[in-house]
Amino acid sequence: MTETISTPKPRPARGPRLPFSVALEPRLRIPKWLPWATSLGSVALALLLTALILLYVGGNPLTSFRAIYLAAFGNLGVFSDTLVKATPLILTGLACLLPFRMRLWNIGAEGQFYLGAWGATLIVETLFGKDASPWLFIPLMALSGFGFGALWGFIPGLLKARLNVNEIITTLMLNYIALFFVAYWVFGPWSERGFQMTPTFPRAAWLPRLADYATVFKPFSGLTVHLGFVFAVLACAAVWYLLTHTRFGYEIRLIGDNPNAAQYAGVRIALMTIMVMMLAGGLAGLGGMSEVTGVVHRLQDRISPGYGFTAIIVAWLAKLNPWAVIPVAILFGGLIIGSREIQPSGIARMLQGILLFTLISSEVLNRYRIKFERAK
Amino acid sequence: MNFWANIFSAGVSNGTALLFATMGELLAERAGVLNLGVEGMMLMGAVAAYGTAAATGDAWLGLLAGMLAGGFLSLLHAVVVISLRADQVVSGLALTFLGAGLALVLGEGLASARGVPTLPIYSIPLLDQMPFFGPVFFDNKSVLVFVGYLLIPILWFYIYRTRAGLHLRAVGEYPAAADSLGIDVYALRYFYVLAGGVLAGLAGGAITLSITPGWFSEFTTSGYGWIAIALVIFAQWDPVRAAVGAYLFGSLRRFTLDAQGIQNVFGIANPFFYDRNLQFFLEMLPYALTILALLIGSRAAIRKRLGAPAALGLPFVRGERGTL
Repeated sequence: MTETISTPKPRPARGPRLPFSVALEPRLRIPKWLPWATSLGSVALALLLTALILLYVGGNPLTSFRAIYLAAFGNLGVFSDTLVKATPLILTGLACLLPFRMRLWNIGAEGQFYLGAWGATLIVETLFGKDASPWLFIPLMALSGFGFGALWGFIPGLLKARLNVNEIITTLMLNYIALFFVAYWVFGPWSERGFQMTPTFPRAAWLPRLADYATVFKPFSGLTVHLGFVFAVLACAAVWYLLTHTRFGYEIRLIGDNPNAAQYAGVRIALMTIMVMMLAGGLAGLGGMSEVTGVVHRLQDRISPGYGFTAIIVAWLAKLNPWAVIPVAILFGGLIIGSREIQPSGIARMLQGILLFTLISSEVLNRYRIKFERAK
Repeated sequence: MNFWANIFSAGVSNGTALLFATMGELLAERAGVLNLGVEGMMLMGAVAAYGTAAATGDAWLGLLAGMLAGGFLSLLHAVVVISLRADQVVSGLALTFLGAGLALVLGEGLASARGVPTLPIYSIPLLDQMPFFGPVFFDNKSVLVFVGYLLIPILWFYIYRTRAGLHLRAVGEYPAAADSLGIDVYALRYFYVLAGGVLAGLAGGAITLSITPGWFSEFTTSGYGWIAIALVIFAQWDPVRAAVGAYLFGSLRRFTLDAQGIQNVFGIANPFFYDRNLQFFLEMLPYALTILALLIGSRAAIRKRLGAPAALGLPFVRGERGTL
């Protein structure tokens, strides 16, 4: 974000007609602690606002929050479930973060996630007998999931790069299309006896879980964390390395900061748009693959409770920093786990919306000093 | 009524909700403010309208509540992007989440409400006797459909032929110039974002109180809010084109249903009749065609070198250089 430092003005910028006027003065220097303080403050404010709304509809916010906390972080077993929910959030969060860095709005992580899940299932359904080795299954499923996710990112990337078609709408519409596409396969050709799901995958196509090693190491029993979480953390490392240590990443950041300068510097923006969208789609697709092979062990209708949308908030709350995606995703994974325990069901989504709002409003505090003045 | 008259008749009714939402977004964007929260505002409008109508037994009161709810949400967006100058895309997305979440919380238990009143339905005498056009446009329509017919020319005239419309366009194209002529850019932007929210709320209320009465959680609006945003681009920010688009998309929604009911098309077996699972491909159609419509809109924009209001998405900072 570039802020021009304005020369002293005869009078402050006029706000809307309120009994007082609000003037924003750009900060010359941003103190190190300030972004952290405003982020924490916005989380606190979001919780407070949610609590007020819960009170209004007749709930008890303290019991609700406590129930969410206990259900998500209460003991090792539920924390493991929280990590399982965090896994797709990390991968889809990265799928939003990477394009956001070049101000490319990928809202399609949800659809790319579905295509990835479909791609992984395709391997099970077509290629092998049921007794192939996991060493064959898992890499191929990951590749296929990544590939089909990337395909779903390629379409809006190409349209944006070649015809300047608004990627927000195309990625969003492709979400719906992906949902119906998967529905066709699980209701139709791949349906198990008319149910809305494929048959369970063979054991060789399951990602290993900690619980699988309980015979070797007792405390692992019942822990559901699977290899996908490792994929997710590795993906964070890869995206971090890409953004900070490669020319590719440098060009992404350059386009995000100043597309005109990037163009002038000879960055091929069209090509970058397509590649970044494919990479993002692939990451989300890997998330879908990890979900079907690590958790559900079959493809079914509506396997995602909106991971791809929550991912947008995860990426933003992480301030587009790949490492910060991990703790934020764990927090939101906990929110998903926890909010299953309480009614009404929209609370988690509402909290997410309020949080995103308080967060972007708070960012103004980082960039400007706010002055209230009485209207003349 | 024949097959097509049926589809277009339903299309005009469905399209009316889409029309209100599209017109609202069009006004906000003309003023230079992109509001991606249409789906959220529609959901809030839908739940507020239905809930109020259920509680008071008055559908008109419900509709008013829906409009107020949409307007309230849009003001949040206005404060965040106009006064606080936050990113319009992110704020709009936040609004979508917030609207959907709030609507789900407030609409808890509303799905089972019974005996909720709906808005009145009218037929225009004589006009409804016309072949094809009668049943499509004038027979047995919700009162809001007729409001929609009136809105199209009014908005067209307002935007292109009045002083206020000129100010609206100026604020979206070149706010600094508008400001130097004494137009209050901030106030106008607030006003048109609010107008957009009220219209989106009206669209939501139109769905729950008239077009498909009832509250069915977040599926009530079935992505109409997003289609509305795409239609604004397709329509090149022109209200008449927006109306045509809205009615066509409304028809498409009905077409995907009716197309499964025919056994043969020109003597060829209709696959959608024989294989029920293929319905999912029909259901993709509105979304796929939205992309296509967007493509057409974008191509037109490139060819004619016109399109989005020049200051769309940019915050206006009075007295600062480098801002449009």
